[in-house]
Amino acid sequence: MTLQISLEGKVALVTGASRGIGAAIANMLGGMGATVIGTATSLPGAEKISTRFADAGIAGAGKVLDVTSAESISELHVAIKNEFGAPAILVNNAGITKDNLLMRMKDDEWDSVVSTNLTAVYRMSKACLRDMTKARWGRIINISSVVGSMGNAGQSNYAATKAGVAGFARSLAAEVGSRGITINTVAPGFIDTDMTKVLPEAQRELLLGKIPLGRLGSPEEIASVVSFLASDAGGYVTGETIHVNGGMYMA
Amino acid sequence: MSSIEERVKKIVAEQLGVKEEDVKPEASFVEDLGADSLDTVELVMALEEEFETEIPDEEAEKITTVQLAIDYIKDNLG
Repeated sequence: MTLQISLEGKVALVTGASRGIGAAIANMLGGMGATVIGTATSLPGAEKISTRFADAGIAGAGKVLDVTSAESISELHVAIKNEFGAPAILVNNAGITKDNLLMRMKDDEWDSVVSTNLTAVYRMSKACLRDMTKARWGRIINISSVVGSMGNAGQSNYAATKAGVAGFARSLAAEVGSRGITINTVAPGFIDTDMTKVLPEAQRELLLGKIPLGRLGSPEEIASVVSFLASDAGGYVTGETIHVNGGMYMA
Repeated sequence: MSSIEERVKKIVAEQLGVKEEDVKPEASFVEDLGADSLDTVELVMALEEEFETEIPDEEAEKITTVQLAIDYIKDNLG
């Protein structure tokens, strides 16, 4: 028996798919045969995703989504169902950081991170679950962060949301496991994306010293773990947090 | 066209995997027909589809027996 990783006939929805880890995930799921809907916050961003998919021969499209708006989520969900069919795979990847020391943190820095990184996961999952329970098959994969487990000074808001999605996944996994739906969390370490490019050189060097593999990870190395979980090959993994961090944090 | 009673009973039997003759009007989904909480949520979803309506959560929670389901559909779609 070979590894069962084909996603032919499945519709996958990936939030935050215009760049970085989300783009790599969307491309890889598409390469495995899924019809992929990748979301971006702006119309030009969504159009770029559509072009990228077309160039790579991936079925699907880029769509505009504001994950902090219940209305935007509900509109997108209806549009996807009408155009492509109900998503069987949901990857909650969209996320933001608003770093600050807690004593200086503003309410809006806290609220916007919670809204984008955590509340959106609740809303997106709820929107997709109905059809997944009917289909008796579904995959929800949340992209967390090593920071959710390790903690990081200046990221109390971000870390709280990233730990939050893992707890959410465990609870939901218990709720809907009987319907053939798995919910998992992938926690990347330091990955070479726009989010980590902004780190000062000194901090980058310090970080690399703490990573046994001695390098940053690539977005594709996260995408391959997500793809495994999305496929039938990963079908018996649920409620789990998988750390992909070059050994910087071993749980 | 079958009656509302028949359609509701058929859906309950299908969703909960029980025989249609066991789906008596007074039967409670949880206590008599072995449904768990997720089953009852799915049952309401199936009723919503069959009767092309939306049942608000606060109403759905009150639908705990076959008769209550029939009554709800009759009152709201009749």
